[in-house]
Amino acid sequence: MTHTAGTFLFSLFFLCLASSVEYVESSQPASLAAEDISTNSNGPKQDSLFDDDPEDLFAEATEEVSLDSPERDVLLSDGPSPAITPITPPTSVITPLAKYTKCIFFPVIEEEEGGDSFDIHISVSDPEKVGEYMTSISLFKRNEFAVKRRFSDFLGLHSKLASKYLHIGYIVPPAPEKSIVGMTKVKVGKEDQSSNEFVEKRRSALERYLMRTVKHPILLKDPDVLQFLESSELPRAVSTQALSSAGLLRMVNKAADAVNKMTIKMNESDAWFEEKQQHFENLDVQLRKLHTSVESLVCHRKELSVNTAQFAKSAAMLGNSEDHTALSRALSQLAEVEEKIDQLHQDQANADFYLFSELLGDYVRLLTAVKGVFDHRMKTWQKWQDSQMLLQKKREAEAKLQFTNKPDKLQQAKDEIKELEGKVQQGERDFEQISKTIRKEVSRFEKERVKDFKTIIIKYLESLVQTQQQLIKYWEAFLPEAKAIS
Amino acid sequence: FKLGLDAAPRFIGFINVDLQTDAMLQVDISDALSERDKVKFTVHTKSTLPNFKQNEFSVVRQHEEFIWLHDSFVENEEYAGYIIPPAPPRPDFDASREKLQKLGEGEGSMTKEEFTKMKQELEAEYLAIFKKTVAMHEVFLCRVAAHPVLRKDLNFHVFLEYNQDLSVRGKNKKEKLEDFFKNVVKSADGVLVAGVKDVDDFFEHEKTFLLEYHNRVKDASAKSDRMIRSHKNAADDINRIASSLYTLGTQDSTDLCKFFLKVSELFEKTRKIEARIAADEDLKLADLLKYYLRESQAAKDLLYRRSRALVDYENANKALDKARAKNRDVLQAETSQQLCCHKFEKISESAKQELIDFKTRRVAAFRKNLVELAELELKHAKGNLQLLQGCLGILKGNT
Repeated sequence: MTHTAGTFLFSLFFLCLASSVEYVESSQPASLAAEDISTNSNGPKQDSLFDDDPEDLFAEATEEVSLDSPERDVLLSDGPSPAITPITPPTSVITPLAKYTKCIFFPVIEEEEGGDSFDIHISVSDPEKVGEYMTSISLFKRNEFAVKRRFSDFLGLHSKLASKYLHIGYIVPPAPEKSIVGMTKVKVGKEDQSSNEFVEKRRSALERYLMRTVKHPILLKDPDVLQFLESSELPRAVSTQALSSAGLLRMVNKAADAVNKMTIKMNESDAWFEEKQQHFENLDVQLRKLHTSVESLVCHRKELSVNTAQFAKSAAMLGNSEDHTALSRALSQLAEVEEKIDQLHQDQANADFYLFSELLGDYVRLLTAVKGVFDHRMKTWQKWQDSQMLLQKKREAEAKLQFTNKPDKLQQAKDEIKELEGKVQQGERDFEQISKTIRKEVSRFEKERVKDFKTIIIKYLESLVQTQQQLIKYWEAFLPEAKAIS
Repeated sequence: FKLGLDAAPRFIGFINVDLQTDAMLQVDISDALSERDKVKFTVHTKSTLPNFKQNEFSVVRQHEEFIWLHDSFVENEEYAGYIIPPAPPRPDFDASREKLQKLGEGEGSMTKEEFTKMKQELEAEYLAIFKKTVAMHEVFLCRVAAHPVLRKDLNFHVFLEYNQDLSVRGKNKKEKLEDFFKNVVKSADGVLVAGVKDVDDFFEHEKTFLLEYHNRVKDASAKSDRMIRSHKNAADDINRIASSLYTLGTQDSTDLCKFFLKVSELFEKTRKIEARIAADEDLKLADLLKYYLRESQAAKDLLYRRSRALVDYENANKALDKARAKNRDVLQAETSQQLCCHKFEKISESAKQELIDFKTRRVAAFRKNLVELAELELKHAKGNLQLLQGCLGILKGNT
């Protein structure tokens, strides 16, 4: 099957400076039975990474990870999600890097409890159109890695991480959203500005997504993440394809979970959680509002750029027809100034978008994940309570059985009670664990949030400063021209 | 509402920089009152001319009366050789009024601060439109008063002095229809006349120039309007962003609360500057272009009238030749021809001067406005820069 349309491969340039880096593989989870985690297999399959199969057109068109979709819901259809205990931190320290290209997102040095700090820079660049079979290139150059990944790979990574970590309270950064319209335009081969913008938007979003993921101390050590960053070939993320059975099952589970959530009434013993939930609710509302306004600004700024360009042309024409020489010249100069200013507005609109608007968009999506972990805590509590109630019932039933002469049934009841007691204990442990994890996560999240907003907003203000400085230059150059009219 | 205009900035600069205060006749609009659907202008005159009963007096006039005065000039054959100052545009508060109404309806859906803020802005917008319409009407009167011939017009004096209602009603349907047909004939003629190459180089050049210039000014005027509107929209967005940041700042429990409040304050200030930029561009650029759109039309009208007179003159010549050939009604034809000749020459003479003056006025007005535009853009950009750098300094110092 051949067709020229294809997907984009993104080059992942993974920089990690260190003398040696050791990553401890995930140990088998101690508590639950070891399930087959073959979906998270480390061995790359040699096939079909670049096949152009008929479903390819919709490969990126799988389930929409929309703003409102409950990210929080565990993607259960991938198989039971084992509780995986976090990997122990790497033993070596990685020194920070100075500069790299194309990454708007500045990583931050993580301070772990053990004093270990490591800094990783990722840049997502060079989107390449892949039509036919292409070999992937891994560059090994002083601990620098470059790998090629497609968009669905990123989604696949997120899907795996979400299924492993969300339900135990870790805030997993959401992946960028799919866009059927945008992607179709690109596939069709349109080389125009809007499809270029789309690709750039996506590239930038993927970069930020990865950076956020690796900034998380737990996620960084996850074998799937490491495989994603390092492996020359990745098994095709099958379960993200549209209309697959996995996809359908996911949708069904989502709906079921939504209904369940509405009926959980939790006795909150810890005011901290209620407080934080309220805080995140409020934050969500305000960020969405701000995001809308900023999106509007981007739109109007782009309009302003277009209209300024048109006015510039018009002024040039006017200057041409003006028969007073000096005035004619001045009008032409005015046209030139306005043309330069229109480019300025265009650049500013990009800064508006890539710095300010995308920051807000990212956080609106992140908050969905945050709300998700709180929901999971509720579910964990519910599970614990359910076990407890069931235990109660069984005990009552057993008590009744005492007075009947059914030794087999009695024994069975005693066995069941034993099992349930274990479950109740586990339930309580799980609940305490997730509560503890969430506290830590929220604290880390808030720290990140503060840093992110401060850093990026300052950068944004600097872009505004630059624009004003340019404006001053342009008008200062024009003023003597205007005065020269006689 | 009422508007005391003594301190209001004068817009008249852009039509005639040499509008020296003439001791003989000084006209201005000293006050204006905006009522439900009309505006009442107080026209104030100072004059030492003997024609007037007093040296200083005021009357109240409405827009229709200005139009009546303008039309009376246009219809007066004596003034065929002059550029008739263009009539002021009708006061149009519809858009602004609609916005205020919408705001009133949506009052329940926003906070008190938001409502007050928006109301203030809309009122400021209303006021700006109001000031502009006053200026346009004033400009018209000043141009008439500055014109050596038109200032002596009797209707003008009646307009200035007669302190009762002029009972000038708007044109009824029949009259509007007549106007329509007149314009149709004019444009058909215009094509005919424009095609005739003029013997006189000066007028031939002026014709070509004005036709093209008028169209390009029209285009530039429309494009500048669109550009300025986008600018206003962006300023409005920044306003909303400032409000959201303020709310975020008051809600946040982290370090960010001070940060947000500072940035919100910054954007409050910068958006005021952005709004001022849009307003100044409107004044110095858009209004300038609009005015010269109307004046270039008036100049075109003058050329048209001259062409008509030329055609009449040529026809009279032909009629005279015919009469002489047939030796019938020769005297009649002769007088008719002489009249046409005289009319044509009179128009040509004054038209030449008018067109030269038009150019002088135009160049001066553009110069003044472009210089002021550049100066204002610079001032605002520097203001913005200062605010931004100041805020950045504080924010960076704290992090």
